[in-house]
Amino acid sequence: MPATPEGLKERIEAGIPGAVASVTGDGHHFNAVVSAAAFRGLPRLAQHRLVYDVFGEELGDRIHALSIQTRTTESEEMS
Amino acid sequence: MTDETTNSLRDAIQEAISENPVILFMKGNPEAPACGFSARTVAMLQSIGARFAAVDILPDPRIRQELSAISSWPTIPQLFVDGELIGGCDIVSEMYETGELAQTLGIAPPANGGPAGGGAPGEAPPLTIENRL
Repeated sequence: MPATPEGLKERIEAGIPGAVASVTGDGHHFNAVVSAAAFRGLPRLAQHRLVYDVFGEELGDRIHALSIQTRTTESEEMS
Repeated sequence: MTDETTNSLRDAIQEAISENPVILFMKGNPEAPACGFSARTVAMLQSIGARFAAVDILPDPRIRQELSAISSWPTIPQLFVDGELIGGCDIVSEMYETGELAQTLGIAPPANGGPAGGGAPGEAPPLTIENRL
């Protein structure tokens, strides 16, 4: 079954507590903007790892490419 | 493949990371990137005049496997500064836009008033890990 933006969104939101994701993509290349309180206080590297961890081995394979932008829930409120 | 081969490949990667202050693991090489994300990362580094070593991970799939095992980072490209993983294309892009990238690399931001000692754009020769085995 091909990966879909909706499927990726659901899995990110299920995998990271409190996350809200917006995912676009063509079935191979995806872009995810993810906000989560869980990101608070974490360096960007660790925030992105949390998102990558949702997909594990599928990255580079079933999901050819996934671009990530992370936001903490706080900074979202401030903007 | 023997365990010994795997270990020496991992050692060679580790050594390249610690010996080069700025090193980019990418698909292709800076002159001919083989992936849009690698191309974009090279372009950002070059535009701020960063000097960096580059390793093409494509010649042997084990390079990518071992690199990801070392860095706990699943995707390519991967930029390391002073032995530390900085991130891939997304993080480098964010840091490029905020000026953090130049700062991390110890490069003065361009044309913010006052002469900035630029230095020549990165021309470090590409490394080939597999030749060291």
